[in-house]
Amino acid sequence: MSVLKFLIKRLIYSIFVLLGLSVLIFGISRVLPGDPVRMALGARAPQWAVENMRAAMHLDQPLYAQYWYWLSGAVRGDLGQSLVTRRQVSADIAEFFPATLELALFAGIIMAAFGITFGAIAGRYRNRWIDNVIRIFSYIGVVTPSYVFAILFVLLFGYLLRVFPTIGRISGGIVRPPTITGLMTVDSLLSGNFVALGDAFLHLVLPGVSLALGSLAQQARIARASISDNLNKDYIASVRSFGVPERVIMCKYLLKPSLIPTMSILGLDFAGIVANAFLVELIFNWPGFSRYGVNAMLNKDLNAVAAVVMVLGMLFITVNILVDLGVAWLDPRVRLGTERGK
Amino acid sequence: MNTQEQVVPQRRLERLRKGWYKFSRNPISVAGLAIVVVVAFLAIFAPYVSPYPAHAGSFVDFATSASAPSLRHPFGTDAFGRDILSRVFFGLRYSLTMGAVVLSLVVLPGVVLGLLAGYYQGTWIDTVIMRVTDIFLAVPALILALAVCSVLTPSAFNAMMAVSLMWWPWYTRLVYGLATSLRHEFFVQSAEVIGASRWHILFRELLPNCVSSIFTKMSLDMGWVILIGSSLSFVGLGAQPPTPDLGTMVADGAKYLPDQWWIAIFPAVAIMITVLGFNLLGDGFRDLFALEEV
Repeated sequence: MSVLKFLIKRLIYSIFVLLGLSVLIFGISRVLPGDPVRMALGARAPQWAVENMRAAMHLDQPLYAQYWYWLSGAVRGDLGQSLVTRRQVSADIAEFFPATLELALFAGIIMAAFGITFGAIAGRYRNRWIDNVIRIFSYIGVVTPSYVFAILFVLLFGYLLRVFPTIGRISGGIVRPPTITGLMTVDSLLSGNFVALGDAFLHLVLPGVSLALGSLAQQARIARASISDNLNKDYIASVRSFGVPERVIMCKYLLKPSLIPTMSILGLDFAGIVANAFLVELIFNWPGFSRYGVNAMLNKDLNAVAAVVMVLGMLFITVNILVDLGVAWLDPRVRLGTERGK
Repeated sequence: MNTQEQVVPQRRLERLRKGWYKFSRNPISVAGLAIVVVVAFLAIFAPYVSPYPAHAGSFVDFATSASAPSLRHPFGTDAFGRDILSRVFFGLRYSLTMGAVVLSLVVLPGVVLGLLAGYYQGTWIDTVIMRVTDIFLAVPALILALAVCSVLTPSAFNAMMAVSLMWWPWYTRLVYGLATSLRHEFFVQSAEVIGASRWHILFRELLPNCVSSIFTKMSLDMGWVILIGSSLSFVGLGAQPPTPDLGTMVADGAKYLPDQWWIAIFPAVAIMITVLGFNLLGDGFRDLFALEEV
């Protein structure tokens, strides 16, 4: 199966999933008991204002017609007006999304780099003391809610040691880089503003690490299991009997096949990071998409909630396609279509 | 005739004893079981084991407000002067209830749908069930549960319903994977040839071979559901005050950091230990049944 054919198939299928998701989230957002317009305008707004706004938002029409208006708008990039900020939801998202993307990417890089490294060390030195230490820490990492990590880090590094900033993306006194990509660190780098780069990076550390730790531990556990599985396989014994140095065995023959399981759960881990960002961004006052999403949910801002879920659906579908391509690149059985791709 | 009837339960007992022996040889699973038993005991008997059962409600005593851990209050007291140890015990009660309710609502429909889709693989039944499952799995359960909770009145009951609504697809997917590989095995084909009913094949041939995976997943999921439930409460969309809830207690306590650290830290540790217990137990089951996935 060629890569192009695979991509086209996946894209068509993704459209179907997104349509289903839109029905689901539209259904959820319209079962609300009570009147969202009345809630947005307040109890003292005159009745005619409520009627006008309801008509403007098509809320006076039957459900299927409302869905049609919403969907045809969404396809054109018009996700309706936020009932709370009174701005276009799409404008809000364009403003807040890059901040969360930057945070999630940073957390993702930490997760993959350290998770695989720790897992590889633990798997290689199975049942030695270093393995036991890593295993204990990975259990702690898996069972700790990311908001608990966030609170502990604020306490430890923000208040007691005062080494990292704990609020927002960049300090007040620093000249902000012009918005190019929306990612603060990348923008600072592109505009050559290294003071801002350093500051933005420091702001990323605590929220990024609190988000990464849970998935990092998960990655380490899976990497450990697959490395220690492969370590006992015949091909490693035969390579070793040829006198290939241990370092080469580790990096060339052991690591690459062992990365396939960790790679396959990357999509799930990334989803976990973004989901937990919903809580962690609140704690660090990170002006991102997830904080926007939680606030929309707490304020019953229907259009914004629906839009947030749809954008996340698109993000995860994209990530999963990328992950599948990555697995295909690592795993010749998938790439050549001999096993799973039949 | 008579002997055969006696042999079956005896063999079952023997298998159970062997299983327990294998299980008890693994220190990790035993530790998990011990944690779960202790946590469940504390939760069930919270009114009897907690030093100040009245503090689970809307009790107020500003004289002992926010006092540090001491002999009288081992975990300290919160801003209203309520004993945190007692509230943690009652909070465990809510967490375990949440896990038990969600799983009891979710497992049956999830498993049945998975069996149906797996057995009728390639037909429209498979397509409909698995495509709907994919839609639910397109966005993390936590976010969809938050979205559902946001349109409902925040309460413990609604939080459980929201999580349940988002959790069944995991069981469908798990059982689907098992059933599709089992349905071409000889024992299923033999049953078909003999003329066994669909019902028999689904529930007497396929299901028993999925039970160990389902059981392991349930043990792990108890932890995850408790974690998600505490996240919902942390945002304020779970149990409402004054009901003691670990997630809410962490969120409240976070306001008093770093000086009154005990208000947030002890409930957080309670969540971690509970989730750890179910995790270790689930891992123990996985090793015991020699499962690859779940």
